[in-house]
Order: sequence, then C-alpha cells, then structure tokens
Amino acid sequence: MNFDFSDDQKMLKDQARKFLSEKSTTRTVRAVFEGEQHHDAGLWKQIAEMGWTGTAIPEEFGGLGLGYLELCVIAEELGRALAPVPFSSTVYLFAEALLIAGSDEQKKKYLPQVASGEIVGTFARAEGPGAVLPKNIKTTLKAGKLNGRKIAVVDGSIADYAIVLAQTSEGAGERGLQLALVDLKGPGVKRSACATLDASRGHADLVFDNAAAEPLGKAGEGWSDASRVLDRAAILMAFEQVGGADVCLAMAKDYALNRYAFGRPIASFQAIKHKLADMYVYNELARSNAYYGAWALSTGAREIPLAAASARVSATQAFDYASKENIQTHGGIGFTWQMDCHFYYKRAKETGLVLGPQRAWKDKLVTELETSNA
Amino acid sequence: MDFEDSPAEAAFRKEVRAWLDANAAKRTGRKQIDPEDLENGSAGEMAASKAWQKVKAKAGYARITWPKGMGGLGGTPMQSIIFGQEESKYDVANGGPFAIGLGMCIPTLMAYGDEEAKKRFVWPAVQGDEIWCQLFSEPAGGSDVANLRTKAEKNADGTWTINGSKIWTTGAQFSDYGIILTRTDPNVPKHKGLTMFYIDMKDPGVDIRPIKQASGGSGFNEIFFTDVKVKDSQRLGEVGQGWTVALTTLMHERLAVGGGTGGGLDVPQLMALARSLELEDGPAIKNAAVREKIADWYVRSAGLRYTTMRTMTALSQGKQPGPEASIAKIVVASKLQDISAFAMELEGEAGILMGAEAPVGGAFQGGWLSAPGLRIAGGTDEILRNIIAERVLGLPGDIRVDKDVPFNKIPTGR
Repeated sequence: MNFDFSDDQKMLKDQARKFLSEKSTTRTVRAVFEGEQHHDAGLWKQIAEMGWTGTAIPEEFGGLGLGYLELCVIAEELGRALAPVPFSSTVYLFAEALLIAGSDEQKKKYLPQVASGEIVGTFARAEGPGAVLPKNIKTTLKAGKLNGRKIAVVDGSIADYAIVLAQTSEGAGERGLQLALVDLKGPGVKRSACATLDASRGHADLVFDNAAAEPLGKAGEGWSDASRVLDRAAILMAFEQVGGADVCLAMAKDYALNRYAFGRPIASFQAIKHKLADMYVYNELARSNAYYGAWALSTGAREIPLAAASARVSATQAFDYASKENIQTHGGIGFTWQMDCHFYYKRAKETGLVLGPQRAWKDKLVTELETSNA
Repeated sequence: MDFEDSPAEAAFRKEVRAWLDANAAKRTGRKQIDPEDLENGSAGEMAASKAWQKVKAKAGYARITWPKGMGGLGGTPMQSIIFGQEESKYDVANGGPFAIGLGMCIPTLMAYGDEEAKKRFVWPAVQGDEIWCQLFSEPAGGSDVANLRTKAEKNADGTWTINGSKIWTTGAQFSDYGIILTRTDPNVPKHKGLTMFYIDMKDPGVDIRPIKQASGGSGFNEIFFTDVKVKDSQRLGEVGQGWTVALTTLMHERLAVGGGTGGGLDVPQLMALARSLELEDGPAIKNAAVREKIADWYVRSAGLRYTTMRTMTALSQGKQPGPEASIAKIVVASKLQDISAFAMELEGEAGILMGAEAPVGGAFQGGWLSAPGLRIAGGTDEILRNIIAERVLGLPGDIRVDKDVPFNKIPTGR
C-alpha cells in the first residue's frame, strides 16, 4: 500500500508553500481585491518562470513532463495561498482540453506557450443560468466562424485563447457539439468583464460575432470531450479547495485559542470545539477523496469520472463548511472587510461553481455508480 | 502512488492465502446481513468462534503483532491488516467474542500484571478458551468514567472486597474474567482514588443481568458485585493509579472498536433498494433528491475508505499513522442512522414493518434500531469530537469543576 505522495513530491510541495508564503500572501490577494486588475501579473510571471504551468505537460510539448501528482501538490498550495493568478483556467482547463482533444499540430503550437507562461487560456461552456445541457448550447461553429455568447468565463478578460463548446449543426443536440479554439484578441470577439463574488478570480462574458475559430477534436464529441476536461480539472481544483479548507480550519483554530470571552479562550467551549472537529472531519474526507482522484488522474484509470465527481463534491462541501464556519468562529470581526476570512468564503463559492455546481456533480456521481454497478 | 503490496507484504499475503486455503473454506456469495448481528456480535456462533480462534492461535495468526510465545508472530500492524483482509474472504467465525479481551484487557494485563498472571492468562485468552470483558462504565459514570462508585476495600489479610455495579458491559454473560476499575479512596479527587483489578466472573458475588435495549436485543449487561473477594495479586498497577492503567486500556479500545462497517449497510444497499422502488415521480433511483443523498453518503464512505488507505500506507512504511483515523466512528455511526432512516422513508408505509415482513428482510430497520447505540458505545459522538478537538487540534480541555474536589464532595445530581 502506497497511497501517499512521494518524498520528492512532498519536497516540491514544501518549496511551493515557501515560495507562495513569501510572494502570495493575503496582502497580495487584498491588493488584487482592492485594485483594478483581477490577477497579479508579477506573481503569474514568476510562477511560469518556475515551470509550474508546464508541470504535467509532456516534454515534447515544452513542459516539464513531471506528472499529475506533482501538479496536484502545487494545486493544493495555490489553493492555500488563494493565489490570484489564471492558473486553473490555463493549466487545468485550457491545457487539459488541448491534451485531450487537440491534434498534434495544435498541441505543438499552444502547449509550449502555456508551459512558458506566454499565454493565458480558458474554457467556456455556460450560456446562461441553470444547467448546462447539450440543447442549451446555442453558440455555433460553422466554416471556421464562431457566433454566440458565453457567460462568466473564468479569466475571460485576460485570456489570449479560449476553448469553447459549440454547435456545428443546429438542432443536432449532443451529436453536433464540438470544441473550438478561438483567439480572443482577434476580430469578432467582444468581451466584458463581469462583477463577480471573488474579485481575485476575474470572469467575463464573451460575445463572438463571426470570430475565426479552429475545431478541436471531432464534431459530435464536443460534449464528451468537455466532460473529460471537467473531470480532470475537478480533481486538480479539489486540491485547491482542500488547501483552502485547511487554511480556514487553521485560522479558526488560531483565533479561537487567542480570543477570550467569559474569562476563557473561546476554543475551550464545546460549541466551538465540536465545530472545529467537524471541519477537521470534512477536510480529511475531502483530502482522501482528492488523493484517490490524484491516483486516478496520474494512472489514467477508467475510474477518473467517479473519482473526479467524488473529489469535487467532497472538496466543495469541505471548503464551503470550513469557510463559513471560520467566519462564524471569528464572530463580528470575521464579517469585516479588514479580516481575511471573506476571501476564503468567496473563493470557496467561486471554486465550487466554476466547474459546475455540486448538484450536477452529485447527479453525475450517481450515474457513474449506476454504470459501475451494472 | 499505488495500492500495491510491497514485496514483503505480497509474500506475507501469499503465505496467509495458502494457510487459509488449507484450513478454511472460501465464502461463497455475500454474507447475509442479520440485524441481530449488528448489536449482538456473533454470540450465537460461540463454538465456531472458539474453534477457529484455536486454529489461528496455533499458527500465530490470532495476535500477529504480539511476540512469539505469546500467541503472535512478532509481526507488523500491516501484516495484521493483510490477514484480516484475506480472512474476510473465508467462511469463518472471526473473533467477535474475543475482540474486547484481546484488544483491551489482555494488553492491560500484559502491561501491569505479574509474570505469573501473564503465564496463566495470556495463552488461554489468545486461543479462545477464556473470554474477558471490560468493567469500567457505571450508572453514574458513562462519558465521565472516572466518576465511578464501585468500591474496593482492603481487608486485614491483604485481600480486597468489591461492592458496587457496572453497566453496558459487552459480552459479560459469556466472560470468564474481567478487568474492573474501582474506587479505593473517596477522600481524594476522583482520578486519584482509583485502582484496577482483574476478577473471576464466575465468582458467586457477581450477578450478571442482561439489559434489554431499545432495539429489543441484549448485547450489554448490568452487573452487581456483592462482597467479591480478590487477592492483592489481582491488582493491576499501584493503588490509586487505576486511572493511568485505564488510559492504557482505553487507548487500546479506540483501536479495537475503530470505525466498524455500519453493519454492511451503505450506499450499495441503498442503491439496490432505490432501484427496486417506485416513488410518486417514477423509479426512486431517478429521483433527484434520492440521488443527491446517495452522493452525499458516497463521498463520506469513499472518503473513509481512502482515509483508511492513508493510515495503512503509514503503517506499511513503518511510520506512525496520522490522526486522520480518529474520524471513522463519528462518520460511520451517524451515516448508518441517516441511510437507514432515509431507506425507510423510501419504503413508505412498509417501512414501519420489521424483521422478515419488512422490505429487504428488515435490514434498514435493524440498522436504524441499532444506530443510536453505535453513536454512544465506545465513546459518544460528543466525546469523540472532544478528542479530535483536544488531541488532534490541540484545543484546551473543558474546565473541570470537580478537578480538585475530593470525590465524596462532588455534587451528584439526581
């Protein structure tokens, strides 16, 4: 039994933590929250220089070719630090979509630019509130031209390229769906930044009006390609969520030990102790589910969809619970802008919705259980 | 990262399989869930349990981590886990009645008993000839175990006389011996006046009465002690040091009781039920609320399964496991209660029935009836949360108003 990260992977994690504890403090996050930009361009540059963006990209496409376990440990640290950089959009979504559906030529063209940090990429599915379903995808891809609108696209304001889910044949539903790669700096693309809950993760609406786009993968496979991208991103994002949830527990614990009320530290009241114990339980369950996801991702196991849904649901629940109860443990001061608690509360919701809500992942999880038990 | 055995573990597994093939029959099909078994252990299978225990003890498989010559192999915790995994695939009565004695009482005896006692008691317990129980809890002391009142008074000839009562004692009705925590000095604060002994459960002064539980079963007992004489050599640890001795036992209890499996009622059983039932809007398995619940419980089950694998990994690498194993019982007990209640909700009015008349032979009703006990036995959900808060997270203990008060001056309430 060897269900743990290796010593080398743990060393990489320590290095990442050390770097981020200096370069991505909550002051960095606060500066982004209070500034005009939705990310820290200097931090992004340094992260790319260290090669983190190319961690799991094969060497032949300009990456470090390390692997997904290494990417998972970095993801956890980015999540702990609430790093305000377009890492998840570029690495978990854009690069993974290329690796899954891209032609050799497309991989050769774009992946080295991801690895070097030259470009920011993103992934766009949703076109309105409610569930994302094949029949709701109205954006069309015809003769290399993209038309339509995608909403709340993560890092949509700063991304150079987006991979979007589009319909190639109106009324065809899933059978007509295909992924398309579009240059967001090109003509026919209009983007408008949106006000979002988590100001350290920018989102934008994208409108395509005859924008030039190249197909990625086959027509008719867009839906399943997108699902595979989301599965992989969900596992990586689960590590960010677990990292964030652990920080919330540590913040709550630290505050409770040092805050006195009724003549004693509030950490000595069972109402607080049991709350923190519950946080610990949620966090450990989420960590274990995320580890299983990491194993599936790193071995390319056929259990990836089930592992992804479990990691996603578990990590979302843990981060939600830890971030809200961290505020509760702090009392009134926890609700102020001046404290850092709200950054985590908002990041928990952003990470919990950006790849689709828990409700959808729970349904998918049970579908996977039904097929695996059949 | 992988789930494979190390070469040494694989070799041990092979050895174990060969031994099991030679000594037992493979289990065919899934073991039927008997609601009675959830709380009563395998009391009905006593003879089979004893016979199988003897076979294992001869081979050193009864207590793998114990030293050779004491019924063990001097093996690793991982080897013990591997044996358990393989043994569960065979049709054998594996150890229900011996868990408390071998998991808690005998380790305490080994730590505090004299050489003669060890020579006399360890081997008969290992091979299942003698069964032990643990006599700590009392009507006045459940979570607050140290609040116990059973008295041991020293006689002029150096022997001791025990009077009082104990409660919630699992397996007392078929036990030969027990370890008992008593109060030897009521004039000092409660933790300081305790002393541990072992006693003969067949003594005429020991009166064992089964407790009928809310579920109808009787897994526990109440026991009355009237002038039970014990020799001073039956004392475990110094006079007044009983609490320290008890902590040794309770540390073993946490390992022995562990998470349990929730009686084999989990997501697969709930899904099977949901597939078989029709709700207002169609098949239960297609109902969004049902699916959401299934997913919630699945991530808890899977999370625990992989947490166990993290613990096993530490053991496999010869490291001390992290504190994450402490979450198991809290998760399992309430999940059993919630899954069972939800399943009965799906069964509708038929959910009121129990036993053979009920859907799935009353499995969920059995789980629901036993769950409240599981949330209390071996540390209540609340005590377990305190343990996580204090020992894992390092939060302060509760303020104890009885800490420096002599035991006989502590308010007792009703």
